[in-house]
Amino acid sequence: MNRKQKKMFIRICIAIVMLVLVNIVKKINPFGLDGVAYLVVYGILYAAIYVEIGYDILRKAFKGIINRRPFDECFLMAFATIGAYAIAIYERTGDYNEAIAVLLFYQIGEFFQSYAVGKSRKNISELMDIRPDYANVEVDGQLEQVDPDEVEIGTIITVQPGEKVPIDGIVTEGSSSLNTSALTGESVPREVREGDEIISGCINMTGVLRIQTTKEFGESTVSKILELVENASSRKSKSEEFISKFARVYTPAVVYSALALAILPPVFRMLILGQPAMWSNWIYRALTFLVISCPCALVISIPLSFFAGIGGASHEGILIKGSNYLETLSQAKTVVFDKTGTLTQGVFEVTGVHDNTMEEEKLIEYAALVECFSSHPISKSLQKAYGKEIDRNRVSDIEEISGHGVCGKVDGHQVAAGNIKLMRKLNIQCNDCDSTGTIIHIAVDGTYAGHVVISDVVKPNSKQAIAQLKNSGVEKTVMLTGDAKRVAEKVASELGVDEVHSELLPADKVSQVERLLSEKGSEKDKLVFVGDGINDAPVLTRADIGIAMGAMGSDAAIEAADVVLMDDDPLKIAKAIRISRKCIGIVYQNIAIALVIKFGCLILGAFGIANMWAAIFADVGVMIIAVLNAIRALMVKNL
Amino acid sequence: MKKTYKIEVDCANCANLMEETTKKVAGVAGATVNFMTQKMSVEFAEGADPKAVMQAVLKACKKVEPDCEIEL
Repeated sequence: MNRKQKKMFIRICIAIVMLVLVNIVKKINPFGLDGVAYLVVYGILYAAIYVEIGYDILRKAFKGIINRRPFDECFLMAFATIGAYAIAIYERTGDYNEAIAVLLFYQIGEFFQSYAVGKSRKNISELMDIRPDYANVEVDGQLEQVDPDEVEIGTIITVQPGEKVPIDGIVTEGSSSLNTSALTGESVPREVREGDEIISGCINMTGVLRIQTTKEFGESTVSKILELVENASSRKSKSEEFISKFARVYTPAVVYSALALAILPPVFRMLILGQPAMWSNWIYRALTFLVISCPCALVISIPLSFFAGIGGASHEGILIKGSNYLETLSQAKTVVFDKTGTLTQGVFEVTGVHDNTMEEEKLIEYAALVECFSSHPISKSLQKAYGKEIDRNRVSDIEEISGHGVCGKVDGHQVAAGNIKLMRKLNIQCNDCDSTGTIIHIAVDGTYAGHVVISDVVKPNSKQAIAQLKNSGVEKTVMLTGDAKRVAEKVASELGVDEVHSELLPADKVSQVERLLSEKGSEKDKLVFVGDGINDAPVLTRADIGIAMGAMGSDAAIEAADVVLMDDDPLKIAKAIRISRKCIGIVYQNIAIALVIKFGCLILGAFGIANMWAAIFADVGVMIIAVLNAIRALMVKNL
Repeated sequence: MKKTYKIEVDCANCANLMEETTKKVAGVAGATVNFMTQKMSVEFAEGADPKAVMQAVLKACKKVEPDCEIEL
């Protein structure tokens, strides 16, 4: 509790104690007061409680009058309670509890709101507690803690175990494991060694690291993320805009109907029916209207739900750039994927060795050696599969036959490595392979020695991710790729993707997305594009929602996308959609609860069934329910 | 030009009122008040002096919500 809240809490306690005491005294009536004296003495005692609990409301109400704001909340509250007080005096019931209770509950409600909002704001900021407080810079052999903002590019900083990495950079000394859970939601630590890039916001767990910074603090990952999440709730959603518009109309409408309720029925009764007017009865009903007229419950619950949803998502490594995107994401019906780097690893690996007449390692060794002068990705993956240092002295007489492959001498043996055309050209008998991917046939000394299959590997979670998307209500999944048709279709059928378009240039991807956008059933069905953020920025912007994945440290992706996944796990896509659905669900529940109860109480109040106690529930009770419900949006861990 | 200011406001509807009011102040091209992060970002019209404009904004906001604060 802050100072303001503590003060309010004490005031509320005093008011409750005073109210109970005065009520007991009034019941016993020890001095035997009656008649006018009874009314005046207790009237003054109750007035004292009224002022104690409501002086700030009275003050603000007074300011409201001066500033000519008739729909000011405090003014309405003050008016309603003073009115109820006056009626109690006028009717000589001596029941002033109602007016005081309305104010008391109003204050309790405000107190609760301020406490709950402050608490959840703190919780959410703790979830995003990645801001480093200092950086260790070596000055004259001594480590000094300086403000990360003051560290220049290229400075060597030291990060001790247990500290946060303050600025992006490259490790120059030491090795350690990093806890990246605050950034990615991933609990498995990441290993770093000398020469590795390192991203700010991670926590160094085991060893001392010396890092040469490559960015300023303001440009570092951690600053970018914090800025993004903090600004996210400023981009308002449609439901938020609807509610603020509604609030603008709601209060005046209720106040005018209160005015009508106070004047029209009594006049009608007097003039037309010829019955007594019952002014005080109708005025009381009008006053209950004023209590219900405050729109705060509606207005608070919606930004709070979105804020909680965005905070919870960011804790899971899903950064959503605005409430509006969260809302759109919840309506996702079509999900379009880029293949390479999104559903597949994006790195080519040797996935099989077939028909080999010698040991696998030997075959790969020959292939790697003969291809060692090529910079093609294929040659890189062969070298990676070989795993040892390449001794180029063992290779001679290299001849590259374009479109076919490579011939050369390795350790004195004549080696040919290439596609099936090369084998045919050299008159070597071989079988075609039906594995997807790139096939490298190898012949040693003129005889066939086997072939190596190199392909892009599907991510382990991709299949499950597609299945989960289907379960969360996505109707269509589409894969777009620049890859060959055969490879694309194999991957698509393996993963269970509905539609696949292959051999596309980047511009074709945009036109495919545009076609899918125009084919959508209704405006409400949204299209999501998921890419790895590299060279698909145009598509990311064209789709209703662009999701970039594996974006840790990639500025371009953070810039172009609406939702950023910090790691490259495709399961997070379905999770993001589920979080958005839950959050929007809560927003709609809150709007429905608030409207039903408020209008219910207004109708009952007009017929004289609901009294002020019901009205105060419609105001404060609804707000408390809405705030508690909104906080549920934060709980997304097991979604 | 866009600038962000820290604010203090207690209720969500008051924050909305502040946003409305700020948008109407001369020299302000656009404004968003974020109740959750207690921040106000103001987009100034071309040629407007942010300092003078913000004084007017504060005055206008005090009128709709006497308890609000804007850290200038």
